[in-house]
Amino acid sequence: MADLKLHVDTSTDAERAAVASVIAPDDHAVIHESERSVRGGTARRRDRRHLLLPGLHALQATAGWISPGGLNHLCDALQVPPAEGFGVASFYELFRTTDPGHEQSVHHVCMDTACHIAGAEDLAQRLEAQGEKVHRGPCLGQCEKAPARFVQGRDEPDHVPADRPDELVALPQRAADPDVQLRLLRNVGVVDPTSLASYRDHGGYLALQRGIDIGPQAVIDEIRGAGLSGRGGAAFPTAIKWQGVADERGRPKHVIANADESEPGTFKDRIVMENDPFCVIEGLTLAGLATGAENGWIYIRGEYPLATLRLANAIEQCRTAGLLGDDVLGSGLRFDIELRRGAGAYICGEETALMESIAGFRGEPRNKPPFPSTHGLFGEPTAVNNPETLANALFIVEHGADTYRLAGTEASPGTRLFCLSGHVAVPGIYEVPMGTTLGEVVELAGGATGATAAILMGGAAGSFIGPDQMDMPLTQEDTRERGTTLGSGVITLFDDTVGFTSLVLRIARFFEGESCGQCVPCRVGVVRQREVLVEMSERGGTLTDDRNALIDDMARAMGDASICGLGHTASGAVQSAIRLGLIGARS
Amino acid sequence: MSYEEIEHADVILLWGSNAREAHPIFFHHLMKGLDNGATMYCVDPRRTSSSKFADLWLGIDVGTDIALANAIAREIIHAGLANAEFIAHSTQGYEEFAASVEAYTLDAAAEITGVPPEAIREVAHAYAAGGRSQILWTLGITEHHNAVDNVLSLCNLALLTGHVGRWGSGLVPLRGQNNVQGGGDMGALPNKLPGFQDIGNDEHRAKFEAAYGMQLNPLEGIHLTLMFEAMERGEMTAAYVVGENPADSEADIEHARTVLGGLDCLVVQDIFMTRTAELADVVFPASVAWAECDGTVTSSERRVQRVRGAVAPPGEARHDLDIMCALAERMGVDLGTSVPQELWDELRSLSPLHAGMSYERLESEGGLQWPCPSLDHPGSPFLHGWLWADDLDGRDPAPFSPVEHEGPKEALTEEFPLRLTTGRSLDSYNTGVQSNGYTSPIRYGEALDLNPSDAADLGIADGERVRVSSPRGSVEMAVRVQPDIPVGLTFTTYHFPDLVDINLLTNDAWDRRSGTSEFKAAAIRIDKLDAPIPATGT
Repeated sequence: MADLKLHVDTSTDAERAAVASVIAPDDHAVIHESERSVRGGTARRRDRRHLLLPGLHALQATAGWISPGGLNHLCDALQVPPAEGFGVASFYELFRTTDPGHEQSVHHVCMDTACHIAGAEDLAQRLEAQGEKVHRGPCLGQCEKAPARFVQGRDEPDHVPADRPDELVALPQRAADPDVQLRLLRNVGVVDPTSLASYRDHGGYLALQRGIDIGPQAVIDEIRGAGLSGRGGAAFPTAIKWQGVADERGRPKHVIANADESEPGTFKDRIVMENDPFCVIEGLTLAGLATGAENGWIYIRGEYPLATLRLANAIEQCRTAGLLGDDVLGSGLRFDIELRRGAGAYICGEETALMESIAGFRGEPRNKPPFPSTHGLFGEPTAVNNPETLANALFIVEHGADTYRLAGTEASPGTRLFCLSGHVAVPGIYEVPMGTTLGEVVELAGGATGATAAILMGGAAGSFIGPDQMDMPLTQEDTRERGTTLGSGVITLFDDTVGFTSLVLRIARFFEGESCGQCVPCRVGVVRQREVLVEMSERGGTLTDDRNALIDDMARAMGDASICGLGHTASGAVQSAIRLGLIGARS
Repeated sequence: MSYEEIEHADVILLWGSNAREAHPIFFHHLMKGLDNGATMYCVDPRRTSSSKFADLWLGIDVGTDIALANAIAREIIHAGLANAEFIAHSTQGYEEFAASVEAYTLDAAAEITGVPPEAIREVAHAYAAGGRSQILWTLGITEHHNAVDNVLSLCNLALLTGHVGRWGSGLVPLRGQNNVQGGGDMGALPNKLPGFQDIGNDEHRAKFEAAYGMQLNPLEGIHLTLMFEAMERGEMTAAYVVGENPADSEADIEHARTVLGGLDCLVVQDIFMTRTAELADVVFPASVAWAECDGTVTSSERRVQRVRGAVAPPGEARHDLDIMCALAERMGVDLGTSVPQELWDELRSLSPLHAGMSYERLESEGGLQWPCPSLDHPGSPFLHGWLWADDLDGRDPAPFSPVEHEGPKEALTEEFPLRLTTGRSLDSYNTGVQSNGYTSPIRYGEALDLNPSDAADLGIADGERVRVSSPRGSVEMAVRVQPDIPVGLTFTTYHFPDLVDINLLTNDAWDRRSGTSEFKAAAIRIDKLDAPIPATGT
């Protein structure tokens, strides 16, 4: 809390209307009840600060940028210092803080891994030639449709031109084998994603009903018995997380679905949310039941307009049907969900950064401990889960831990979603039991196209492996043993025509763009790393020993001293590419 | 009360205090309280920067505090929220008090104060129902001609609800300087010896006479405001001014300067050549209490803390103690030691409040709060705990004090239709002696704050220089058009007497009991500079 130094209000009618759509004039943080009595205060400010991000979205959509007048008006309504509001606005890729000087929609073109090799730059130039406004940016989570494009609309809604909202999606795995038994994807392409009735016809809400019947502790015990670990990348045991929050008493608690899927190469959560949104709602409600949290949040990345629409629609239908609200499924349980849209920031996928972002601050990760289970959103106990994890939890509670363990290995039970992209015949999402080999999954996707030179496991934060690893079982333990990672389930194939120097340089630029700049090792390290690669590229791709040592040195510093995982993993792809001889061949 | 207590308060009633700017260090403690969930109500004619932290601001008319306090009391009584048990056990005069506030209905108070009745009701209920409620005030309460009545009206609320004498609950007058309290501790009051012992009490006086080895004058002295009257009558012909700048700080300043200039002998001891020093016959250059002196200070929470000299005073400047001892010596009196620790130990032997505060303890325990009568006493975080003792520690129950609304001495007239009130800003200090030597990025200089609609009525633009006149004088100054100041009210600081002699305008009507002038309420008019000078008022 601080003193406010507001400017003279130069907001336009449209900007004021945009702010009013998020925060009603009679609900501002300060209310002039009469000339001699003004209501305000810490509690009103604190309770409304989380509306800053939605307010910025409204301003950006209305004016095409966050103008000083609009920002000032929003900050006045929320009693946030405008300097802080500007700091938040300028944090995100999708917000402009300078006048764009035009009134057209902006076409965001992905420049990362799969799109990089699929002609992203050509697409960008083609659009520019057509007179479109183009923004070259990071991964848009449409890697199976590379090169990807997302349109940030002026006088039209944000949308993805490749989306076909009126059609049921054709899941390639099912197209190849109509009888395939799927757990997590069972509804995808089967149920009508806009209809709660359709979801329930296909067995929706049986899991939650069972959860209510057996009670919170039995739900957590079941999850523990199943050995479920988080599917967002860190693979933390879900039962420990839920138990930690369940054990906290006397304060409001939260569960968050982390749908800020931003790891280059990852698009699995998008497919689930677009095609089976009720599953995410039910899964999050189950998490609320198990942990005793009454507040659910879905934080979805800003570049997922269709998934956002589908989830918003699903939440409304669930409220109407009494599946969210004061008495969920007649259990007396109170639970509701707020949908929050990110604005283009990879770092907000880190759970503490995500919570800062929801709360209306810059999405900068916090030091841990304290951990979210005691000090999470708004400083209150919070469990953050990936949508795929929630889908697993539903299966476990409905069918039991023993059934769950019928798939997978002892240490890595269950099935897993893999995102195949790049030089593979049928890019897309595939669900396989843990322990399936890399080669088998690639074959499921129709096999590699061309001669595979390398595979990027786990996305930009993961590492490259060679084609000799096709026998590797896809489990936590096997990937760890071979020095790589499952991460968020990314498998991107690159054939021998790929220019790895420019690809790896792009990965380095990705981290440079996405580092939040809060801690020094990462802020400086990602820039130095990119500089070394630029120098290497200018010297015909050769890397001297001292530069190689420099990269390792910086990787150690970032790994040791960065606050969050971004810094810890920012060198993984670069180092593995050097190790495999993909880049930096000695002259 | 201790500063720490406000961090644990439930309801904070900040009344006539812009602590955000005038007590910024204390305000940090207050903000912790807000962070911990306290609700704050702010009573102030201006929507101050402190008010902007409040859950509800009540913008009363200047000088109507008693009407508001009495209405709050009446509402508490009628809503059945008074603490009957506490009233019966610890207070006296309740019946008379309850009868005295009966006329102050919410509507009647709204009429007098300008604050909506439902806002008054909300404050009454929140204050009474709060587990730990505090009332804090400063000069908005005391710089009035009826200052003591104002304070008593707030004390009545604490007695009515039992919000006094308990951890987290109480009455908090914020002190203006780091060591105002210390001045009182050491007996710099007309009627007190060190440790608040009465000069007129033979037993007390005898103790000091024995220690000093001399007879002491048993008569009470007089306070500053009476001194000015005595100077005016020619009864007081010499003054020794230590660390004060009355030639800039007194109300109706032209008058004060004339009186000071007419003294037979004026001695000023200060760290700067103030406007008062310029009038003096002799000036003693003193040293700065901070960094140049050893000794102690006492803060608002009665905490005695050590200060230590780090640098030697420049040039001919000397320590205050040295100057006083040397002066006494020339007058033929040996004041004894001027070593701070030895003087402190002498004080401890004479003042039971301070007896347990050795330098060792002050250092190792981070200061101690009086009363601290013995070396094994932990000090006292708050006062008036006796109100909750079964036998009241043998004292008389605390009396209610019925007080009536009067309003400012100077009523608004057709000729002087605007109310002027004065105060402080964050980066400046009183008459600017200690603060105008450095620049500040948030200082806007001296200006008269005026509501936009008043400015429009007068045809005055933001930043325009105007003539501001009261029945006592007139000054030229710039206007700052400010939406946060209510219609009909104007405000300025007086940090820059060299630029604007604002105390030419203020009213020297004062409270006979506290000696404080009514800096907070003068009647003024504003004229454009090209308007003819009014015949009266100069």
